[in-house]
Amino acid sequence: MAFTAFSSSTAAAEPVVRRKSPIALFLLLPGMFYLILFFVTPLISLIITSLQTPDPLIFGQFVNAFNWQNYVTVIETYGEQAIRSGGYAALATLFALLIGFPLAYFIGITLRPFPLLQSLALVLVIAPFFISFLLRTLAWKQIFSTEGPVSGILSSIGILGPGEAITGTAFSVIFGLTYNFIPFMTLPIYATLVSLDLRLLEAGNDLYGSPATTFRTVTLPLSAAGVMSGTLLTFIPAAGDYINASREFLGSADTTMIGNVIETNFLVLQNFPAAAALSLVLMAFILVLVALYVKRSGTEELL
Amino acid sequence: MRGFGKYAIWVYSVMAFIFLLIPIAYTIVFSFNNSRRTNIIWNGFTLDNWLSVCEAQTVCQAFGNSILIGVVATVLATTLGTMIALALVRYRFRFRSATTLLIFLPMTTPEVVLGAGLAAQFLQAGVPKGLGTIILAHTLFCLSFVVVTVRARVASLDPALEEAGRDLYGSPIQVFWRITFPMLLPGIVAAALLSFALSFDDFIITNFNRGAEVTFPSFVYTAAARGIPAEANVIASAVFFLAIALVLVAQFTAAARRRRLAKAG
Repeated sequence: MAFTAFSSSTAAAEPVVRRKSPIALFLLLPGMFYLILFFVTPLISLIITSLQTPDPLIFGQFVNAFNWQNYVTVIETYGEQAIRSGGYAALATLFALLIGFPLAYFIGITLRPFPLLQSLALVLVIAPFFISFLLRTLAWKQIFSTEGPVSGILSSIGILGPGEAITGTAFSVIFGLTYNFIPFMTLPIYATLVSLDLRLLEAGNDLYGSPATTFRTVTLPLSAAGVMSGTLLTFIPAAGDYINASREFLGSADTTMIGNVIETNFLVLQNFPAAAALSLVLMAFILVLVALYVKRSGTEELL
Repeated sequence: MRGFGKYAIWVYSVMAFIFLLIPIAYTIVFSFNNSRRTNIIWNGFTLDNWLSVCEAQTVCQAFGNSILIGVVATVLATTLGTMIALALVRYRFRFRSATTLLIFLPMTTPEVVLGAGLAAQFLQAGVPKGLGTIILAHTLFCLSFVVVTVRARVASLDPALEEAGRDLYGSPIQVFWRITFPMLLPGIVAAALLSFALSFDDFIITNFNRGAEVTFPSFVYTAAARGIPAEANVIASAVFFLAIALVLVAQFTAAARRRRLAKAG
């Protein structure tokens, strides 16, 4: 089901002979037209909007211009939030990897002799997809709230001082991001580990490799593709997320991420040029990152 | 991995599963909470929320909108995506790498950028935001996922079967509908389910393009500040049970088929 989207290329039956035919055009045109109309031109709209300047006559309106200053302004104003987004997303990706990799190993390798348990475990990993993302995050907020069970325990042992809360801190935002993206990390790694030949691990063992050496020299390199796509599938949405960091959920004014800034500027302040410029900065940053990854693996394998 | 390591991974994984399930359990438990205004503190068990879901009208309306958007966007994305997947695997054409790039870029673009881009475009073109703009936006981000899912299925098809169809004087249209399409169907169904799930749970892109329309996630977001009515928990829990039931049935039929095949082989 959902995880098929992440599994890397399924073994093709035969090397397919690709033909040239007008049918290809018929198959491609509608979809390409759609992508150009609703992906490419919106990006162009963003670029145009990001260079607009306030209308001198009507307050709150903007006119087309080449106001490159917008970029300087947003980077100066929101640099802190941008760096915070990168930091939070990186930490959440790291924690998701620390939880997701052993989980994927467990399902793909440890549970291999028990196919029924393996299927069930896989269903458990994708289960969070089926309950609203927002409600899951709100559930954590309520579990962490001052009246909730966790706060009670933490204050009784003195970790949480009087008047201090768990929600609204960097901890709770990173916690929420980690939780929400664990399946995105686990599934691609699982997809590479499930087809790993167990005889290779035996061979490592036979050659007097300790479990740690076998893991480092056999398992890890063979699951690298999964780790890479899992990292991207976690980092990209986490860096742009604004639910976990929003004040109504797990964040506060001190945890604002770039997504929150874009949302506020676009939908609340209606400062469209600032929102557009920030979106493009975020996109450029992510594209550079993806390009670096792609250079090390290859697009078709990655996605 | 032997001895201690073997137990450690079981313990660690079971803990991870419990961690994954905590908020789900919480949401389901609180759908049975006897709450009047806000649903934060446990007030005792009741079935009322389940029996009168649509009394909180806005919740049900939002849910209906989400279903409508999900169905239309899924149909559009699955149709367009399947066509692209077929073309990518089967045919040679110019600008191939540019095409592939164009298909995968939306997947690597943060939702907030996709949402803001579409909203900026609708703003400039003077298109009023509403259900239509939400559907257009959802179709866009589902499209790439459909292509990836169906492409894997097309790549694993045996071309000999279609050749056999042609040898038996099947017209290209007959060959497609009687051979290719039925064999692609599991991939198409998986892609459609994935699209629907993505669309149904999307909040970020929707929020930029919804205008005054309310979907289920945007209802939850707006209500979050003053407390979620228990009816929202009911709807989320019902959807969860339905989806899990579907997945379990699919898993078990697949397992049964594998066993049958193994026996036959």
